[in-house]
Amino acid sequence: MSRLDDTFARLRAEHRTGLVAYVTAGDPDLARSAEVIRAVDRGGADVIELGVPFSDPLADGPVIQRATERALAAGTTLAKVLELAAGLRADVAAPLVLFTYANPMVRMGIPAFARRAREAGIDGVLVLDLPPEEAGEARTAFVGEGLDTIFLLSPTTSVERIRRAAELGGGFLYGISRLGVTGARADVADSAESLAARVRAETTRPLALGFGFSRPEHLRAVGQWADAAVVGSALVQVVADHAGNPDLGGEVERYVRWLRS
Amino acid sequence: MTTPTIVPTHNFGTRDPDARGYFGAFGGRFVPETLVSAVEALTDAYVAARRDPAFRAELTRLLVHYVGRPTPLWEAARLGAASGGARVFLKREDLTHTGAHKINNALGQALLAKRMGAKRLIAETGAGQHGVASATAAALLGLECVVYMGTEDMARQALNVFRMRLLGAEVRGVDSGSATLKDAINEAMRDWVASVADSYYLLGSALGPHPYPLMVREFQSVIGQEARAQILAQAGRLPDAVVASVGGGSNAMGIFDAFVDDAGVRLIGVEAGGEAITIGRHAARFAGGAEGVFQGTRTWLLQDDDGNVTATHSVSAGLDYAAVGPEHAWLQSTGRAEYAWADDRAALAAFESLARLEGIVPALESAHAVAHVAALGRELGPGGVIVVNLSGRGDKDVQSVANLTGGRA
Repeated sequence: MSRLDDTFARLRAEHRTGLVAYVTAGDPDLARSAEVIRAVDRGGADVIELGVPFSDPLADGPVIQRATERALAAGTTLAKVLELAAGLRADVAAPLVLFTYANPMVRMGIPAFARRAREAGIDGVLVLDLPPEEAGEARTAFVGEGLDTIFLLSPTTSVERIRRAAELGGGFLYGISRLGVTGARADVADSAESLAARVRAETTRPLALGFGFSRPEHLRAVGQWADAAVVGSALVQVVADHAGNPDLGGEVERYVRWLRS
Repeated sequence: MTTPTIVPTHNFGTRDPDARGYFGAFGGRFVPETLVSAVEALTDAYVAARRDPAFRAELTRLLVHYVGRPTPLWEAARLGAASGGARVFLKREDLTHTGAHKINNALGQALLAKRMGAKRLIAETGAGQHGVASATAAALLGLECVVYMGTEDMARQALNVFRMRLLGAEVRGVDSGSATLKDAINEAMRDWVASVADSYYLLGSALGPHPYPLMVREFQSVIGQEARAQILAQAGRLPDAVVASVGGGSNAMGIFDAFVDDAGVRLIGVEAGGEAITIGRHAARFAGGAEGVFQGTRTWLLQDDDGNVTATHSVSAGLDYAAVGPEHAWLQSTGRAEYAWADDRAALAAFESLARLEGIVPALESAHAVAHVAALGRELGPGGVIVVNLSGRGDKDVQSVANLTGGRA
């Protein structure tokens, strides 16, 4: 059982909807990013996704694009994100998932990346532009290091591919609840429920739904159909709004607590 | 000189990548999950269309009666005399409707989009030629068209921005990143991920996830099919070398394709050397890049040690791009094609010399290929035969060249 497996087993046992919190690592800089991640953990996030900033985030909307630019301008690299994670691992309770585009990992070398991620205490890896068909080498390396491979599912994913992702993936499945790039929206898309139903029909693997969620009522709605909800852009926006605030950690922690209220 | 009777034809289905879209170690489909089903459906639709005689006949009809194909193969005698006495032939893609090879692919894909039931085309553009070609195809076929273009490119290719709008397209400026072609592609893909149900992404170069590199090369293969027949008729033999500029690489793949199996014909791609071969100041991927994964494909790209894509520079907006099409990466790895670069200064000199020697103003992109001819001609000597793909005309560049030279012509 991986740490992610334990987390989702506990959520199911407690009949509680999990919160997967995404932050762009190194935003606004590495030191304050550490403070943000600790605050997210204190606020009660069940899983923390660390976004690795990349020069060309083509699946991300404006909020995460801007965060990425701030993090890169502050000198954040994949190697530094791994150091950041290693420094936090001892006092952060939630499982840590790296959320990255393929090229930084390919540049580092996939076996070296997998080893360094495991050494840093990373629990799972989600590579945004590495669908199962292209993920063979990476998945083998991740399995070899005891890392869970998290695959994405979308309203456009076929039943055959849902099955394949469930079979090849570990930890949880990340369901993209609507077509489009990342970014907070006012409401929960109708496509969220139908995607969850299609996934549930094929697999018992835990499912987290994401894209567009920002409020406690969104989490409650998602909880009817899935194990957890992902909050990304809205949390990244809180970081952006309070980047210069001496109580950045407090603001982040209060927002995460509110999400779970 | 005999004028051959040529009907534009394509080379469809003879040099496919493997089932996963790989040319050797390069290519594939590195896309966000939402787009996987779209590129799978596109592959199926494309493979069916290229087998369909009705689709092929309609494409040929448009290429003959609308685009003006076949384009001439012009023996540039004065350029040859100035290039060591080699015989130099220019494949005149600059004479197509809209003034560049881009129209060959735009019409092919727009016909496919219509066949697939799409109502709206999304395109990216660097120099603006693919945007103009897409806007033209959309107007002709009654489709909506949105073109993403970096704001830096909009400034240096203002004429093409106006042309796209005149043709009824919506041009959306992109100011993220370096505000050039790669950022326009990012934004086009963000649009497509949200609009995949009713929109067709009309990618303009031999880049991106499978099937685009295959499909774009095959729609451009008409260039090489014509050029090979023309050079056999006009020179009585195959050329010693075929030369083309390489940004993403569609004009080069289009002309190389017909000669790949002719082992004696050198295939030479010319990348943009920019100001200098140092990080951020050029776009010569094979001179300063490394293998990586970018915008849907595994290929050579300009990147830093951490895997971030680096800034590029070229006087030519169409070559100012950090990655190269995956089939070029494969041809380079096998040694079948060779890649050189020409810097900004050499391209500007070639721009001017072709105007003076032949009365032809080339696009700055094509001027990079022309710039390589002088040295190659001297190497081959008076018996040599060179075919150059003159991929586009230079009207769009006249203003920016005038600005660069302070108005001196």
